[in-house]
Amino acid sequence: MTEFTPFASLIGGMMIGLSAVLLMLLEGRIAGISGIAGRLLPPYRDGAFLSRFGFVIGLVAAPFAMMALTGDAVEQTVSSNIALMVAAGLLVGFGTVWGSGCTSGHGVCGLSRLSARSLAATVVFMATAIVTVFLVRHVIGA
Amino acid sequence: MSFLVNLALGLLFGAGLVVSGMSDPTKVLNFLDLFGTWDPSLAFVMGGAVLVTFIGYRLVLWRDRPVAGGHFRLPTRKDIDARVIVGPAVFGIGWGLGGFCPGPAFAAVGLAATGTLAFVPAMIVGMWAARLIAESRPQAKPA
Repeated sequence: MTEFTPFASLIGGMMIGLSAVLLMLLEGRIAGISGIAGRLLPPYRDGAFLSRFGFVIGLVAAPFAMMALTGDAVEQTVSSNIALMVAAGLLVGFGTVWGSGCTSGHGVCGLSRLSARSLAATVVFMATAIVTVFLVRHVIGA
Repeated sequence: MSFLVNLALGLLFGAGLVVSGMSDPTKVLNFLDLFGTWDPSLAFVMGGAVLVTFIGYRLVLWRDRPVAGGHFRLPTRKDIDARVIVGPAVFGIGWGLGGFCPGPAFAAVGLAATGTLAFVPAMIVGMWAARLIAESRPQAKPA
């Protein structure tokens, strides 16, 4: 069980949205993490490597900034099944770049632009994720 | 300058992930577990993010160009092709297995849990593989 946190989740979501809006305002780019991270490796098509690198460094540094700010440790429970997590990582990496977006690019930015393409993508990844969790937790019983 | 702007926006985005609870894969998996220990919190993350972005984009796109110059780079494709179905289907399976999508994975990597340290390099390899395969196909556009 995890605690239902509607208020914190709403505030956190609004911070994510604010970051996406500011990235569009300042640089004219979509805040899609798979798009940003997927272009950190060569071949390089434009001169935006440093910008993307900066965004990812910000993401990585964020929990430490939050801990320094609030004094609270960031709570998380991650599976320590290495084979499972490697498989999950490969699927997430391949799928998000193959499908041109993830939870942020399609889910947040795409839905906000009322893109039918992003809506289709979001419905599909939500559906396969829900089915996967159902199979793992309730059918296989892991 | 662009580096620092992006660093600050990455920090804000990542802080949002931490505050919202999305950086905890168990919370994400509980959100996806409709028929078990369902935790609806993440619907509020999505709701808050889309609300702000929906309104914010409309205000921002009144401008002719971004503050830094150049032009707004918005996706132009509208077609729903096989890739925009197959990719998300594969992504969802991985998301349901590990509880991480790309943003939270980066926001968690520094906390150095064993599973995260296995997940992130594999994710980067998967992203790179998808790009290289896509770019080696003549008509395909990379993500």
